[in-house]
Amino acid sequence: MSGKLAISLVVNGERRELLAEPREQLADLLRGSLMLTGTHLGCEQGVCGACTVDIDGAPARSCITHAGSCDGATVRTIEGFADDAVMADLREAFAREHALQCGYCTPGMLIAARDIVLRLPDADEARVREELSGNLCRCTGYRGIVRAVLAVLARRRATLSS
Amino acid sequence: MKPAAFAYVRPKDWPRALQLVAEGARAGAGTQSLGPLLNLRLAQPGTIVDLRHLPGFSGISQRGGGVRIGAGTTHAAIEDGAVPGRTGEIMAAVARRIAYRPVRNRGTIGGSLAHADPAGDWVAVLPALGATAIALGPGGERRIPAVRFVSGIFETALGADELLCAIEVPVLPAEARWGHWKFCRKPGEFSKATACVLSVPAHPPRAVLAALDAPPLVVEDASALLADPATEAPHIVAHIAELTELTDWRRALAETALRRAVAAAVGS
Ligand SMILES: Cc1cc2nc3c(=O)[nH]c(=O)nc-3n(C[C@H](O)[C@H](O)[C@H](O)COP(=O)(O)OP(=O)(O)OC[C@H]3O[C@@H](n4cnc5c(N)ncnc54)[C@H](O)[C@@H]3O)c2cc1C
Ligand code: FES
Ligand code: FES
Repeated sequence: MSGKLAISLVVNGERRELLAEPREQLADLLRGSLMLTGTHLGCEQGVCGACTVDIDGAPARSCITHAGSCDGATVRTIEGFADDAVMADLREAFAREHALQCGYCTPGMLIAARDIVLRLPDADEARVREELSGNLCRCTGYRGIVRAVLAVLARRRATLSS
Repeated sequence: MKPAAFAYVRPKDWPRALQLVAEGARAGAGTQSLGPLLNLRLAQPGTIVDLRHLPGFSGISQRGGGVRIGAGTTHAAIEDGAVPGRTGEIMAAVARRIAYRPVRNRGTIGGSLAHADPAGDWVAVLPALGATAIALGPGGERRIPAVRFVSGIFETALGADELLCAIEVPVLPAEARWGHWKFCRKPGEFSKATACVLSVPAHPPRAVLAALDAPPLVVEDASALLADPATEAPHIVAHIAELTELTDWRRALAETALRRAVAAAVGS
């Protein structure tokens, strides 16, 4: 249809000037134009959570967020958390608790988990399960994932109180 | 799937946005309902007008007996307490159970109401709270009581040249009693039957029954329901059954939702 949209984004700390099709969703821009393929696409309907990225500091579904509406935004994908302390704790806990198997849900799961840890420092198991209900894992099961998030929460509470 | 091609416009002011809508463009707010429709190609608009950057699209202001909530205010902002007082407390609890946090971070209260999904949460809750939808058209603002806003399944009282710019909710007294029950098989899933009950001193209690593949049913004086829920709930459900076919299990969910909403309101 009409021409391409010029989009200016900060992605994982770097400013990027991009051209997108008007109909392009953010996930396709990240994966197709920037080769940031850590953002996975499952349902493309907002349900599964695999495509969850951080937009302006809050997790969002990149499969149902237009690239155009992100012009001027700051986006962080799973590739952008290498030096993030909370994510480092979560990665370690996910490995220890067997919270991933095929890894398809993991990028979205980690970004949602980081949001839980930072936003709800007092969350108990029921709350963690409720908050993770928007991220579907089809192979590992949720026990390990929930244990990993709870372990990071407990460790942070212990560090803060000591 | 990927959306069919469309043009994307991000107007800076309301007159331009209204002009585009009058010319047939589809409004986009959080795109948390529109996005899936586009990806599935159930919606194939020629142009999308992104409302997110319009002045005053989101945010809260208090005006006399009401709180004005910009249509673009997200479910997450409401969950986090953006709306003050007892009304805000009720709305925060409702918002927390809409979809999932990443969806709530972008989805808006105005988009939900304008979308008019019979199973949508604000579609049930805003009429129960006695809210008013504020439509903006070429001639200015028009106030539409929420009880009349949703006119059908995915249909509203908005004109083809209007946008929803805000929602006004009453400032409820601390003693206001509220009951809300929705049946979802999984957290964040759309409801299969929703009931709300609001009881404010010196006013008749109001009840709403929704999420039954029909526009919400509003009972302006639900005194009989509060006095005898076991007898009255089936009568209310029978009214909805005149509008849409209800299976036995759906009828049972609807009656139970009403009874539980009453119990929650009486206990709250
Ligand atoms: C996985 C998932 C689960 C969900 N679960 C629930 C749930 O349990 N309960 C629930 O209530 N919702 C649920 N939703 C929907 C969510 O609440 C959406 O945020 C909401 O329905 C639409 O708001 P939006 O801002 O995203 O609107 P959009 O998707 O941008 O727009 C929706 C419709 O409204 C129109 N529109 C939007 N804003 C305006 C305006 N200001 N004026 C006029 N027209 C307008 C658009 O043209 C479009 O037709 C879910 C969504 C997803 C993806
Ligand atoms: S791919 Fe976005 S939520 Fe499933
Ligand atoms: S690890 Fe395979 S889907 Fe979650």
